Amino acid sequence: MHKLIRRLIATGIVTIPRSVPERFAQDAYESSRALLRQLGRALAVRHVDAGSCNGCELEIHAVNNPYYNLEGLGIHFVASPRHADILMVTGPVSRHMVPALLMTYEALADPKRVLALGDCAMGRGIFHANYATVGRVDAVIPVDITIAGCPPPPAAIIEAFLALIGTSALA
Amino acid sequence: MKTPLWQDIPWESVKGIAPTYRARVDKSQWRDVFLQCREATGRLIALWATDARPEQAEFMVHAVLLFADHWLWISYGMDETNPNYPDVSDIFPAAIRRQRAIYDLLGASSGASDTRPWLRHGAWLAREFPLRRDFTVSAATPGGHEESYAFVRVKGDGIHEMGVGPVHAGTIEPGHFRLAIVGDEIMRLEERLAYAHKGVEKRFESLGLIEGARLAGRMCADSTVAYTWAYAMAVEAMSGCVVPARAEWLRGLLLERERIANHLGNIGALSNDGGLAFGQTQFSLLKERWIQTHQRLWGHRYLMDAIVPGGVAHDLTHQDRAQMEHECNDLEQAVRILQDILADHAGLQERFLGIGCLTAARIEALGGVGLAARASGLARDIRTEFPSPPYDTLAPRIATRRQGDVAARVALRFDEISESLRLMRHILADLPEGPLISAPPMATGKQGLGCVEGWRGEVFVAIERAAPDGLHHVHIHDPSWQNWPLLEQAVIGNLVPDFPLINTSFNLAYSGHDL
Repeated sequence: MHKLIRRLIATGIVTIPRSVPERFAQDAYESSRALLRQLGRALAVRHVDAGSCNGCELEIHAVNNPYYNLEGLGIHFVASPRHADILMVTGPVSRHMVPALLMTYEALADPKRVLALGDCAMGRGIFHANYATVGRVDAVIPVDITIAGCPPPPAAIIEAFLALIGTSALA
Repeated sequence: MKTPLWQDIPWESVKGIAPTYRARVDKSQWRDVFLQCREATGRLIALWATDARPEQAEFMVHAVLLFADHWLWISYGMDETNPNYPDVSDIFPAAIRRQRAIYDLLGASSGASDTRPWLRHGAWLAREFPLRRDFTVSAATPGGHEESYAFVRVKGDGIHEMGVGPVHAGTIEPGHFRLAIVGDEIMRLEERLAYAHKGVEKRFESLGLIEGARLAGRMCADSTVAYTWAYAMAVEAMSGCVVPARAEWLRGLLLERERIANHLGNIGALSNDGGLAFGQTQFSLLKERWIQTHQRLWGHRYLMDAIVPGGVAHDLTHQDRAQMEHECNDLEQAVRILQDILADHAGLQERFLGIGCLTAARIEALGGVGLAARASGLARDIRTEFPSPPYDTLAPRIATRRQGDVAARVALRFDEISESLRLMRHILADLPEGPLISAPPMATGKQGLGCVEGWRGEVFVAIERAAPDGLHHVHIHDPSWQNWPLLEQAVIGNLVPDFPLINTSFNLAYSGHDL
């Protein structure tokens, strides 16, 4: 146990706001306050993989690592769509995932927002629409915000969340 | 040249993985070759089918089999009106799902007893076959509904069924698991995959051979290096292009970096599933730093598009190499400290030890490959069995573990991190000078193979083209095809709460498998 504690102390706090531009830290602070004003609690996100290559999922894992620490901004991922404010969808929407995607969307309580993550979800990835793939998320459910990239880097994902909160789009 | 079996068959030598021989076989030879392979304790690498019309007025089914000192690529021509071929799933169980997939995509039947669809859920109709050249269903055609699927029912007192997925509680890929349980104990698991089926083989037809490398790199993001390398190897074999030594060595560096990144992430995820969140935060931080180097040197956190047909896209300076040596030392030290902490943690080891066990005999029978096979004592690794440059010079030392449980798969990942670091240091020290890429490959040959030992197992690519200006077909194969059935066996008799842990310990691909 002493080794574990020593390691914890040696690692220290590694989350980026210390090393990123002032603006980012400021935004994060403002966003947490805006969240409290608008929701009175943390923002809950449910993710659905609609046929992604797993690249976007790797970056969703990364935003939750101690370096980016998304949860520290009051944004966390939840297991049930019933607990979520935002549905985050990745992938070009394989047709086999359409029923599950629609059911998950329906299960979110109103008001809800949909975030399409990555080039594929936006309809500009390498998997074109074909017999097995719809080709984009907004052909199946309405999309409120998109994040480009293959996959989008963690900073882009965090900035999109901050923008979403900053514009009071959640109200 | 060592002559393969069956002197009466006109074998021709195929480029890509040496030594490989290819031939057309007849109906009885088709099964014979499989039987001989089984006898020789070889294994089935890939099984797929193509539409050879109109050039040949037939459909073709292909298999690539690995023997101790050579590979065989056999093809069997099927009647165009009623395509069928002999069932081989009794010889290699790994063929069961592949044969079902061949029917879904091409409509060629094996006569095996399980005729349920595997890749097709309802996005297209049962009488439509996407890989046939006259297939016309476009994106505009309304998709089908989710058809009911006949899961195998387990009957008896107190047995009930539990379905999980395709949408899971965490951020993972889509797949469905049907568990038959008594109390907390798993009697049976049946997997249903293909939720991420994107029509990749069809998509390859509309991309040029060089462009196709980008698609290959997006089959399964965590193995993008392995996929693009295997794909590039197949294209280079078709064009007879010689890859510069420096490029081969840099590819090896990329592949070992990818292996380390995934092992770090996976050990973290396993400690989290085992109840030690500390492991997750520590290992995810190590992985984050590791992939930030990818971003800095290769412009992509997961190394997508770093390998291109003909060579590699980026060079390393002397300064980069010196920095990377430090990075390797730092990582090695951090991993050693953490390995020690994890080993000392009784609660975590209690979760890891003795669960999700597979014996070597069981894996041998099922044809399992890669990391899962090595964790049960089977030294299956393409880097040593059929080493291509740079592995012929690097001579990797393959780690194996015998217990075959979750603990063994964790321990093996630690072993492989150390070995990959050793290989990286060797590459950094002895990196040959020279160009990064040869002239753009002009693929004039009619076929090419590629196979690379990714972190999960052997990633395989076959490309074939009837005429130099004709349509080409790309078959791309993830080792998860062989290893998903292992998971079904590994969970039997284990507790339901241990299922996520066992599943994570295999960490198989969905997108790569679903095509």
